[in-house]
Amino acid sequence: MNHEQPDETVNNVVALKTADAPESASANDWSGLLAALGAKQDKQLFVSLFGHFAPRVKAYILRLGLVESVAEELMQETMLLMWRKAHMYKPEKAAASTWIFTLARNQSIDWMRKQKYPEYSFDETFDQVDETAEDAGEQLVVSGHLGAIIDTLPENQAQVIYMSFYEGRAHGEIAERLGIPLGSVKSRIRLACEKIKAAWRDV
Amino acid sequence: MSIRHHLDEATLLSYAAGSLSQGMALVVACHLSMCSQCRKRAAEQEAVGGSLLEDLAPAEVSAHALDNLLSALDAPVSAPEEKPDECRRVKDSRLPAPLGDYLPYTLDDVPWKKLVAGISYYDIECQTGGVSRLMRIAPGKNLLPHTHKGNELTLVLQGSFCDEIGRFARGDVADLDDQVEHQPLVDSNTDCICLIATDAPLKFTTLLGRLVQPVTGF
Ligand SMILES: [Zn+2]
Repeated sequence: MNHEQPDETVNNVVALKTADAPESASANDWSGLLAALGAKQDKQLFVSLFGHFAPRVKAYILRLGLVESVAEELMQETMLLMWRKAHMYKPEKAAASTWIFTLARNQSIDWMRKQKYPEYSFDETFDQVDETAEDAGEQLVVSGHLGAIIDTLPENQAQVIYMSFYEGRAHGEIAERLGIPLGSVKSRIRLACEKIKAAWRDV
Repeated sequence: MSIRHHLDEATLLSYAAGSLSQGMALVVACHLSMCSQCRKRAAEQEAVGGSLLEDLAPAEVSAHALDNLLSALDAPVSAPEEKPDECRRVKDSRLPAPLGDYLPYTLDDVPWKKLVAGISYYDIECQTGGVSRLMRIAPGKNLLPHTHKGNELTLVLQGSFCDEIGRFARGDVADLDDQVEHQPLVDSNTDCICLIATDAPLKFTTLLGRLVQPVTGF
């Protein structure tokens, strides 16, 4: 469990970051494979997606502080959900990694809290904006460059992003662990988001 | 619907990360179902999560995992088991869809608990710390000024209120932290109904805190 040594944990996160092996497929290829899985349930596609995403999903769940056996179980459930829900995946809305991240996130939270994480749906909205029309393909382009952008953030900004995503910590918890006011946590997150978005626009 | 008050970037990021309290995540999901602008921002934040997932050093998976799964793929999907703590879904087209998983009532038959004249509430059961509650406030009611310790989200579902920040009507969300002191006044002809959540335990004065405290004793 990583709950005793916050600093070390954060350093670990940075140290653990490794670029993908160069021979592996790019983000767009994975999204294409996932969309293909949605179109026809092909086990060979599942095997490819499993090979890439299962070890990452498990790594993510372990980082959240869950034990090995639970992480293994939730990883398998996430992969099963990927198979069953692939027909709902819309490549123009999100990269495959993003879609699978939300599946893994929801599985983990549901397990930890025994209550469904509140989700928004594009189909049950009041404002009825046609979102399929806008920004087709943008999410894909964006996610391909994001890792590099996050690497360029000042350490104290990257830290709050990692503590949010990899450790599932709320603002108040981050403030307590870093010994800074709540407002500073939020402004660090806002600054990081601004830089990420600015970098997207420049892509 | 023209929404003027949106979610803070830091709140959206925590929602995407899955690190918001359950009650606050519920308010966020409800606002997102009413606001395309914030939906787009949420999708960008989730892309950060996807990218971070991609960057993680792969963990070792069990040697049997793939075989287990391949044999499970053909199994028929069993009906989702009824979770005892999950309430039945009641359709009320005035309510944002995500609220349906948490509120077994329509707006007309919520069993409101009276706090003081003109102000009542209903607590929504959420598993993590903090408050998750519907508030119903009569026109012209002025709430005592208060500050927050921690974050507080207020989403207007019906009616409107005004405070130092501006006017909040259906779909608007007040996303405040402990830096803000405000005194909301209900300025609609109908009761104002809000969904409120905080992320800290009930140790502090929250919206209506000073009114609520003597009554509920927290
Ligand atoms: Zn909004």
